[in-house]
Amino acid sequence: MSAVADEVVEEARPRPASVAELFFAFNRLALQGFGGVLPVAQRELVERRRWITRAEFVEVLSLGQVLPGPNVVNLALMLGDRFFGFRGAMAALAGMLAAPLVIVLALTAAYTELARVAAVAGALRGMGAVAAGLILATAIKLMSTLRGSLLGPWLAAAFAAATFVTVALLRWPLIWVVIGLGGLAIAIAWRRLR
Amino acid sequence: MSVFHSALSSADLLGLFGHFLTLSLLAVGGAITTAPDMHRYVVTEHGWITGAQFTSSIALAQAAPGPNVLFVAVIGWNVAGPIGALATMTGTLLPSTALTLFVSRWGARRRETRGVRAFTTGLTPLTIGLLVATGWLLLRPYVRDERHAVGAIVLVGVAVVGMLRTKLSPMWFVALGAVVGGLGWI
Repeated sequence: MSAVADEVVEEARPRPASVAELFFAFNRLALQGFGGVLPVAQRELVERRRWITRAEFVEVLSLGQVLPGPNVVNLALMLGDRFFGFRGAMAALAGMLAAPLVIVLALTAAYTELARVAAVAGALRGMGAVAAGLILATAIKLMSTLRGSLLGPWLAAAFAAATFVTVALLRWPLIWVVIGLGGLAIAIAWRRLR
Repeated sequence: MSVFHSALSSADLLGLFGHFLTLSLLAVGGAITTAPDMHRYVVTEHGWITGAQFTSSIALAQAAPGPNVLFVAVIGWNVAGPIGALATMTGTLLPSTALTLFVSRWGARRRETRGVRAFTTGLTPLTIGLLVATGWLLLRPYVRDERHAVGAIVLVGVAVVGMLRTKLSPMWFVALGAVVGGLGWI
């Protein structure tokens, strides 16, 4: 979609008619999200329903990324809040989580029994290895953002490496790593931003 | 762990809830970045579930539709059944939800202020370090087990290269892992 198309959308932009429509929209996109909801959210909310423009989507998402908590859940909360206030936020959150939660817990309960079947245990082992790979790939993709860091690429990479070592190898509690390393990195960034 | 009994005392459940409550506010960059600390708490420190159970919890949540944060509920369930899932899930969502609503009303206009920019700039490297740590901890149970090490490493390599070089949905790699694993190749 071009920028022109986005501007046309700006003028007569549809919005959810009711809290229920909001709930079902998020329910629908969550159920399509195998291995991550974000790409589906973009297609549904921006391209199909056109409730928000692409620029707004990126804006809300980046705010959702700065804030603690799951990014797509934060995105649902902020959009729901924008359309219908607190009720909208809760409807979007429930739409995003309710059905998938039931499915995944049913699978978990069944898995306790199914794990005795060698093929099922094997399948989950294979999926576990892939899950590790997907997360490492995401980390590798995001590493390129360190190049443009205000901390400078080397210092930023050093902070990333120090985080890995303290958390994965030394097994320090995360809270001390975030307060210590994170506090130091934020302080350095604060000074450089002047 | 059986579905039908909770292995944890009330005090342990409260501790579990409290731990996930604090992690919620530390989850900058997504809930998955706090997985290493969940691992430290439920596997290393308390021994409520094994490392392999921890990894398969995350795999199960990724294989199912919906946001990846649901792995938190699966871990809770594996530790202490339905009540465990309730403890970890509400613990994870309450603080971050309250903060998100508060901040989004307080105004997106402050995004460009020095304080917020210093915060994002400073925490981005930590987010990346935490993602690598998560991948590492998920992989470790396989690598330590000689029967699965080679197959698992090949599968991880395929997933990493596939995600970086193609535009295929992650779903296909998860499916590939299920087939390869189900056939008993890893």
